Amino acid sequence: MTQNPYLWLIPTLPLAGAAINGFLGRRSSKKAVTTIALVFPGLAFALALKIALGFSSATAPYVFQLAHWIRSGSIGLPNYFTADFAFYLDQLSLVMLLVVTGVGFLIHVYSVGYMSDDPSYYRFFTYLNLFMFFMLTLILADNYLMMFVGWEGVGLASYLLIGFWFTKDSAASAGKKAFIVNRIGDFGFLIGLFLIIQHFGSLNFTDVFAKVAPLGVESSGPGLLTAIGILLMVGACGKSAQIPLYVWLPDAMEGPTPVSALIHAATMVTAGVYMVARSHVIFERAPIALTVVAIIGTLTALFAATIGITQTDIKKVLAYSTVSQLGYMFVACGVGAFSAGIFHLMTHAFFKGLLFLGAGSVIHAVGGEQDMRKMGGLKTYIPTTFTVMLIATAAIAGIPPLAGFWSKDEILWKAFEANPAYWVIGAITAFITSFYMFRLLFMTFWGDYKGIQVDDHGHAHAAHAHGDHGHGEPHESPMVMLAPLMVLALLSLVGGLVGIHHGFGHFLEPVFGEFPQAVTEGSGNTEWLLMGISVLFSFGGLALAYILYVSKPYLPEKISTSLGSFYDAVVNKYYVDEIYAKLFVKPLVDGSNSILWQGVDRKVIDDSVNNAADSARHVSDEVRHMQSGNLRSYAGWIAAGAAVLIAYMIWKGIRQ
Amino acid sequence: MVPLSYYLVLSGILFACGVTGFLIKRNIITIFMSIELMLNGVNLSFVAFAAHWHTLSGQVFVFFVMVVAAAEAAVGLAIIISVYRTRETLNVDQVNLLKL
Repeated sequence: MTQNPYLWLIPTLPLAGAAINGFLGRRSSKKAVTTIALVFPGLAFALALKIALGFSSATAPYVFQLAHWIRSGSIGLPNYFTADFAFYLDQLSLVMLLVVTGVGFLIHVYSVGYMSDDPSYYRFFTYLNLFMFFMLTLILADNYLMMFVGWEGVGLASYLLIGFWFTKDSAASAGKKAFIVNRIGDFGFLIGLFLIIQHFGSLNFTDVFAKVAPLGVESSGPGLLTAIGILLMVGACGKSAQIPLYVWLPDAMEGPTPVSALIHAATMVTAGVYMVARSHVIFERAPIALTVVAIIGTLTALFAATIGITQTDIKKVLAYSTVSQLGYMFVACGVGAFSAGIFHLMTHAFFKGLLFLGAGSVIHAVGGEQDMRKMGGLKTYIPTTFTVMLIATAAIAGIPPLAGFWSKDEILWKAFEANPAYWVIGAITAFITSFYMFRLLFMTFWGDYKGIQVDDHGHAHAAHAHGDHGHGEPHESPMVMLAPLMVLALLSLVGGLVGIHHGFGHFLEPVFGEFPQAVTEGSGNTEWLLMGISVLFSFGGLALAYILYVSKPYLPEKISTSLGSFYDAVVNKYYVDEIYAKLFVKPLVDGSNSILWQGVDRKVIDDSVNNAADSARHVSDEVRHMQSGNLRSYAGWIAAGAAVLIAYMIWKGIRQ
Repeated sequence: MVPLSYYLVLSGILFACGVTGFLIKRNIITIFMSIELMLNGVNLSFVAFAAHWHTLSGQVFVFFVMVVAAAEAAVGLAIIISVYRTRETLNVDQVNLLKL
């Protein structure tokens, strides 16, 4: 392959951008910061495109070794272990590469407009470029260790960006929450890696999978591969916000909206799906682990979707929707349809990135307001944003022929083949998804504007002046923000077409191969039937949302009061945060307070140090009297010492 | 010939006188003289042993002691003069601070 020697440049370019902006950005002009922040990821995207155009399945997977990293043991012996700075390119990482660099670049462009008034403009782009570096390291890694470096790195970038407005208390603690919850998942991931090293002696994808491949399917009961699979899934649960570790993602909406779009919708949160798909060789041989993945996925999809119905913060709705859609991807992985999961990952990156950016544009338009109850009627004020949001909503709701329809349908179909129960829950979730997404759309764009309106209509144009946020009429975002929206809208429109006739799945076939359980290709009628039902469900959700939020807007309140305490539970996110706080956080804090702080830290560590100092002082208090400064007392000490010495010598002499 | 023990007893008495003077006297000059007395008590035992064993090493050692004692006297007296100039006293009980 001629083009691939540049593969290592793809992650390195954003790193260079981050370094330049990080070190020099404070003193550079905003224009220079913008240029650097856009050029480096843009170049990475261009390179990725170049590689994609020259990609040929014949030479995949392609490994590019940049440098040695860890070498231990000696060649040929079982203790030989290596992990290198090497990049791995196959169909799977190519898809991820295009999604991450493409969507990432668009969001960088959008951020130029969205963050233009922020005093820490350069810092934002430094973090954003740093995130790109780590994310690209993650997806291009040739071994689990490099992947883990990227994995932790995106966690760091996520922490920095969630807490970007760190003077706000809630943002700072949301960042911490994300980081800590992710640590729990990483713990499982790490132990999974240790097991892999222990039993396969390598972390290299090629080596590990070559050693796993001859092992049989663990159909009789859980074994090594099941354990590894479940531990890897624990890691994926943390990063991809699945039950029980999803709690950080809704809070992560404290970050700037482009961050929510890039990290917490399009790219980072899909790392777990990518990791599971990458480890498909292991999972395929561990049916129990696969079942765990599928069950976690279905439950998360349904659970998060129901919470999404009741949220009023526009970004929170999208956050729960993200959790729910990630659940879909895990369902796909769990039923062995990895390519369907990756397909949904890709389309989701398009429409969810678009939804978040559109939401950002809405928030921008109404001057920082995020509560949908205070919006409404925006479609006349911001028609472009409205159009793209409409496309994205239709796409996520699964209305044909938009992107979400193809990928969701493929997942549901595969889920039905594996177990109709998955399909039932998945279809219900699809209905709920369609409902809450159109609810968002109707609440935001239909009806009358309920926000603060200071100016009368004649002064509408004055409100367009920059820095005038929060006053006057809602205004459309600048072109630099709208252009990425339009590109993503186009992708949401046509991005699903690659899935026709399972074309996308066939492209990924060299990676995932034929799934061991024979897929019944002949069930064409069932497929059509399922497709019909899911389309019906999508429109059903739309219709219900229209009835409740446009034609009869008094109904939702009636329904919610009639549901009583159940509704309260859903509004309060099933009290999961409170339960976690009671079950884990409070015991930990209390234990740390009473045992670790009062007990260990103060009683053991502090006291031992203080006692050592105290006893030293007491002893020296006595001894210092020898040093009186009085010459004759010194003489006395010398004489006494000499006397003792002589007495000792005499005593020794007598004893002999 | 005077037996060795006589010399040693005399040497011990001289040394003991020196120690006593060193401990009880307050005047720096007197303390200084007591030190000389102790040194010479020891010197006496050196030469006594040297004569008794018919070796020269003891006598050579005494010369060394005398040289050191002379040097010590020179330095010591200089310090004493300096002390007297600055503090106008030679009572060691009043000279107990390094810094004025």
